[in-house]
Amino acid sequence: MRSDRKIEALRQHLKTLEAAGHPVDDARFDLGLEAADRHLGGLATHGLHEVYAATTPDATAALGFALGLVRRTAGDRPVVWGVQAMAELETGRIYGAGLRELGLDPGRLVLVRVKETKDLLAAGEEALAGGAVGAVLLTAWGESKVLSLTATRRLSMAAGQGRATALLTRLAAQPQPSAAETRWRIRGALSRALEAEAPGHPTYAVELLRHRLGAQPRSWIMEWDRERGIFEQGGQNAGHEQPQRPALSGGLVSPAADRSAEARGEGLRRYG
Amino acid sequence: MLVEKVKGGLRLAAANGSALALGLSPGMTLADARARAPNIRVEPHRPEADTALLRRVLLDFGRFTPMAATDGPDGLALDVTGCAHLFGGEEGLIRAVAARAEGVGLATRLALAGTPEAARALARFGRGGIYQGEDQSQALRRLPVAALELSDKETQALSRAGLKTLAHLADRPTAPIAARFGAAAATRLNRVLGREDVRIRPERPVPLVCVDRILVEPITETPDIEAVIGDLLVEAMDRLDLRGQGGRAFQAGFFRLDGEVRHITVRTGRPTREAAAVLRLFRERLASLARPLDPGFGFDQLRLSVTVADRLASRQRGFEAAPSTAEDLGRLIDRLTARLGPEAVSRFEPIESHWPERAVRLSPAAHALGEIVAWSEPDPADPPLRPLQMFDPPQPVLATAEVPDHPPNRFIWRRVDHRLVRVEGPERIAPEWWRRLQGPQEPTRDYYRVEDQEGRRFWLFRSGFYGEEPAPRWFLHGVFA
Repeated sequence: MRSDRKIEALRQHLKTLEAAGHPVDDARFDLGLEAADRHLGGLATHGLHEVYAATTPDATAALGFALGLVRRTAGDRPVVWGVQAMAELETGRIYGAGLRELGLDPGRLVLVRVKETKDLLAAGEEALAGGAVGAVLLTAWGESKVLSLTATRRLSMAAGQGRATALLTRLAAQPQPSAAETRWRIRGALSRALEAEAPGHPTYAVELLRHRLGAQPRSWIMEWDRERGIFEQGGQNAGHEQPQRPALSGGLVSPAADRSAEARGEGLRRYG
Repeated sequence: MLVEKVKGGLRLAAANGSALALGLSPGMTLADARARAPNIRVEPHRPEADTALLRRVLLDFGRFTPMAATDGPDGLALDVTGCAHLFGGEEGLIRAVAARAEGVGLATRLALAGTPEAARALARFGRGGIYQGEDQSQALRRLPVAALELSDKETQALSRAGLKTLAHLADRPTAPIAARFGAAAATRLNRVLGREDVRIRPERPVPLVCVDRILVEPITETPDIEAVIGDLLVEAMDRLDLRGQGGRAFQAGFFRLDGEVRHITVRTGRPTREAAAVLRLFRERLASLARPLDPGFGFDQLRLSVTVADRLASRQRGFEAAPSTAEDLGRLIDRLTARLGPEAVSRFEPIESHWPERAVRLSPAAHALGEIVAWSEPDPADPPLRPLQMFDPPQPVLATAEVPDHPPNRFIWRRVDHRLVRVEGPERIAPEWWRRLQGPQEPTRDYYRVEDQEGRRFWLFRSGFYGEEPAPRWFLHGVFA
């Protein structure tokens, strides 16, 4: 009996602690694509979001999507990008001119290169908690025990403390449980061809895997509009003029197509 | 007693007090010495070991003053201007030095005087002690002419002339002395008598600001050490404030009880007077040292010196709003740099070059701070024309085109076949001819933006032209988002 009451007391205590330690922080940012924003109800500005590359060759697409989120949330504030050496070795070095081409100011970006995952986390926490940056993007390579529930929880707390957005991109890794607000899986998608069948604007098959506030998993094809700094309805059928035609509003990738892509991914990962 | 080989014979190089009392003196042959005193203990003379020991003592004596230098093969000169009060006056300082030297088993002769040369002469040829003003000149006048440390010939010449002590020389005009015994004699005389002051040249560069803490109770625990550094930083920052400066390099000196000394430096990107921020840098450094700080039996003195400083306007405290983001970012860069090293934390800078590898440079963020460099604006209608990620060096791939000189329709990279559904190009990029002198010329490149059927966008190039030697080759240079 007494122990029950004790537990109840402790619960109450915990509640008050939580209420005191974490004032309700409901700052949110959106993607610009109305269909997705309505579904998500915005993304926590001072929280952690995870972006997985579906397969190793999709690494650049995952980074591109994450950079889009960075641009949406950080605005003109400085950004720290921590990259694990192995990721750059396997998928190419970050190229400043390419950042500019995505609409980010390379001059406002501090690139931090580390070897070990633990250094990546430490640098990320440091950068987030200091309150000097708008967003911290971390790029980790491979499966890692270091990126545990606790580690991601620490990242998200640091984000809350420093009032910055934490984005963790994971390459060559399978989604695993974490303290992230949202978890995404990204692969490249065919762009709307420009004149003379030229490759178009960055286009991604975006898959929401998890949303802490309960939004259901869902997929979209999104195109990044550098000039306006927003995501738009993408894909070959999307018209620039009327992006919200009901028939296309989902832009869904069917589960079947998804699985087959996953299978292809398995095949490709070997070469990563 | 130490012996060394001189011209084939063993001679005494040095003798201790008791040996000197027996009438033995350096320069004597070992045979003569043995004849006089059969029971002497003889060791070979090892000058390099002496030098090494002297250097260690010098490092340790850095605790008394940052202005310390070796003086000949067997002496140390310390400039203690403004340091004596730390040890309870000059008496206390001399006692502290003597005790420290005795502690490591050294016999010393100490003198403290107005100029380094006077102190040297009084220590080596006089009775040592503390001299000032009139006392000092009287004591100097009593010294033998040998105290001038001229060559044997000149010293002899002086004695023959009946000039036995410095007093004999001091009262005479300098010009005739210079004329008769050489300019060296006159210069030395002026210096020893303190008429001319020569600063000692310290072993380490003298810091701009230097604060010390002598600890009665040696400390070993990291929190204690950090607390002391924190206090010293606050003091140092106040002094920097008075100078209107901010420090860019801070050095902590750890003086161990047993004479070991370790110096650790942290640097900041921009001048600072924030004690807390610099303390944080020291914490990072101390935590990430390859060879951790070993307190042994404890540190009995810590020193904090500011070795590099820049102008930093004094600020009125309390009236200011929250520090700007730029300042915060600077501090963050400092902290990351302290933890990961300067090469790991970098920023992009655009370079005037159309050659893709050269168009962007990464430089350490700690140096590039504050400069705002303009990047060229991309054309609003264009998709990204440069990749987000680039391979260095470019990755060779197998590419095929329907007709030579046409855009590629597929390529194989890492054993995966990429069938291309969209292609744009070529964008011809010729090497910068003015760089030809610096090495072999790279062939011209034809770049293509391509997209495969999976929706991945790549940047391919063909190096060289068809029908030319060597045959053209295909490379994957980058990946678009």
